[in-house]
Amino acid sequence: MDFTFTDDQLSFREAISRFLMTEAAPEMLREIWETDAGRSPDLRNRIAAQGLTALSVPEAEGGLGMDDVAWALMTQELGYYAIPDSLADTAYVAAGLLAGLDAQHPARGELLPRIAEGSLRLAINHPINPLVSDAQLAEVLILPDGDDLHRVPRAAVDVQAQPSIDASRRLGAVSWHPTPATLLASGEQGRRLQAQLLDRGALSVAGQLLGLAQRMLDLSVDYVAQRKQFGKPIGSFQAVKHHLADVARQIEQAKPVLYRAAHGLAQGQPGASLWVSQARLACCEASWLAARKGIQVHGAMGYTWEVDLQMFMKRAWALDASWGDRGFHKSRIGAYLFADGARLGPGHTFEE
Amino acid sequence: MQLTYTPKQQAFRAEVRAWLAHNLPREPLASYDTREGFEQHRAWEAMLFESRWSMVMWPADLGGRGCDLTEWLIFEEEYYGAGAPMRVNQNGQLLLGPTLMEFGTAEQKRRFLPRMAASLDMWAQGWSEPNAGSDMAAISSKALLDGDHYVLNGQKTWSTRAIFADWLFGLFRSEPGSTRHHGLSFLMVPLDAPGVTIRPIKALNGKDAFAEVFFDDVRVPVANRIGAEGQGWHVAMATAGFERGLLLRSPARFQHTARKLVELFKASPQAAERDPALGDAVLDCWMGAEAYALSAYHTVGRLGRGEQIGAESSINKIIWSELDLKMHETAMRLLGARAELLTSAAAGGDAAGWLDGFLFAQSGPIYAGTNEIQRNIIAERMLGLPK
Repeated sequence: MDFTFTDDQLSFREAISRFLMTEAAPEMLREIWETDAGRSPDLRNRIAAQGLTALSVPEAEGGLGMDDVAWALMTQELGYYAIPDSLADTAYVAAGLLAGLDAQHPARGELLPRIAEGSLRLAINHPINPLVSDAQLAEVLILPDGDDLHRVPRAAVDVQAQPSIDASRRLGAVSWHPTPATLLASGEQGRRLQAQLLDRGALSVAGQLLGLAQRMLDLSVDYVAQRKQFGKPIGSFQAVKHHLADVARQIEQAKPVLYRAAHGLAQGQPGASLWVSQARLACCEASWLAARKGIQVHGAMGYTWEVDLQMFMKRAWALDASWGDRGFHKSRIGAYLFADGARLGPGHTFEE
Repeated sequence: MQLTYTPKQQAFRAEVRAWLAHNLPREPLASYDTREGFEQHRAWEAMLFESRWSMVMWPADLGGRGCDLTEWLIFEEEYYGAGAPMRVNQNGQLLLGPTLMEFGTAEQKRRFLPRMAASLDMWAQGWSEPNAGSDMAAISSKALLDGDHYVLNGQKTWSTRAIFADWLFGLFRSEPGSTRHHGLSFLMVPLDAPGVTIRPIKALNGKDAFAEVFFDDVRVPVANRIGAEGQGWHVAMATAGFERGLLLRSPARFQHTARKLVELFKASPQAAERDPALGDAVLDCWMGAEAYALSAYHTVGRLGRGEQIGAESSINKIIWSELDLKMHETAMRLLGARAELLTSAAAGGDAAGWLDGFLFAQSGPIYAGTNEIQRNIIAERMLGLPK
């Protein structure tokens, strides 16, 4: 039993964090928000150069072969810096899906090495999402059709942009026609891959939400320490302290829930979906509380376009229902919890 | 990250489970807030000690098993999962015990720890005073040095089960004229010493669950002081850390309650139908208990890697106390009109256990440092907000 990260995992996270701190400052996010594409190829290339896009590509296909546990940390960093890119969709969610294909499947060799080197921009979807993130910008889309999954070139897809309050999300309604030539996986394999896809997508969002929560907390702590009223920093008042202490508590409480889910997915454990849903709910709560308390302690400034908090709040609000809304994840938990034979009580925290 | 138990840990779990299956009391013990129940619990503690289960993390020469924190979590899971009795001597074993191990002399350890493990000595706390609650540094009870004794005068209060206990530990002002956290000493006081008067305070459940303790020229040997003269605050803060931290409220206890809550929900379809919010509340409670357990394993892992936990123990305290309250509130809502009934009410059925727990849960956010104080600690020490 060792519920911690390895030094390698932690130092990789640290390196990515240091890199993003300088390369993805809020001023830069604002600039990218205002571009038509809403994406910076330059930023993406530099992130790829750090090795992030190669993280979960198998070593045979030119990647680092790390698993969901590493992504539990990386998605937090992507959230913390509100990276305006669906990078995790390509590098984590899609890479995970492709790595689950048979070893001889041609899509592996065609797509995985390009994901690893950072030259491929994918969009990936599951029926649970009505709109496809980054569909307009992708070179290739991985799309579900019933139990099947298809790999569709951008040219074969009609995309209608659907603007979001979070300008860093670029959503599209897609119309396309499945053909035998685009088929990636079908039948039992398609169902299995779609189930994993959903769990990875949901875990990716959970990690990003937790990172966002931490960023909003940090911004709020900075603000209340410097903003003065009644002759002292407002952060010295208990009412303000307690708001932020509650946010810290939700964040700390959510972390290990996220980590167990990531480990369960990496190990392919039967409890993984249930754990992912728990992680999602815990991280949703932390991020929405961080947004609510964050705007409150910022006062009227929090309601402005000018203060950076808004970018992180909007991302947190927007991601809340992505890859399954809270109702979906609650029903998955309820279906387990209230059924006969649920393993409840102490001693069942991990799979045995 | 490696989330499976080793064969040794699995064998340990099996051993605990087997012992409990054999030795658990057939009938539930009476409440330990009564004299009768207190002595029943003391006898149960003696049984635990006899088989070296009372303090599994203590070394073998003190009657323990030298278990690590993971084994301790396993023990707790089996213990509370089996519905075993509440632990009556936790104030001594979990608060004073580690303090003695860290700050006590060899003689003090020999003298107090084995008897504590066996519950031959039952311990009460002496922190709070009428004018020193959340503001503990306002302590005014005095301990004046007179030769090789301290002479104690003053009053302590909210001392849990003190009317049944044998000893009290707490802070006394030993340096005349000192203020705040300076000049305090940490003393152990036998409750049968001349000059000690204990008056029970009836708690919400109508039982003598705590007491006020008066000291009139009580003579206590200097040998009963833990740590240096005037260093009591430092010693006590370490104790308060243990209390809020993992040990006092291991997650298993709440996971057990969460399981019972799910069972109650499934057995109460009509209540659930009348109030659709109840299912959501039960789900939330169960997830909260799971999250607390995960946080415990994560903390144990981090401690194992040499990390320190500081203000995070304040987060723990808020988590378990609010969770306990929420679980019992949800149970009361599920029980509906039966919730108010005492054990003596035939129509109550299984409701009374929840009522007892509900009453006790009201105290969680208050004792061991109110949750408001915990939030201050989180804000100031973890987030670095100004005082």
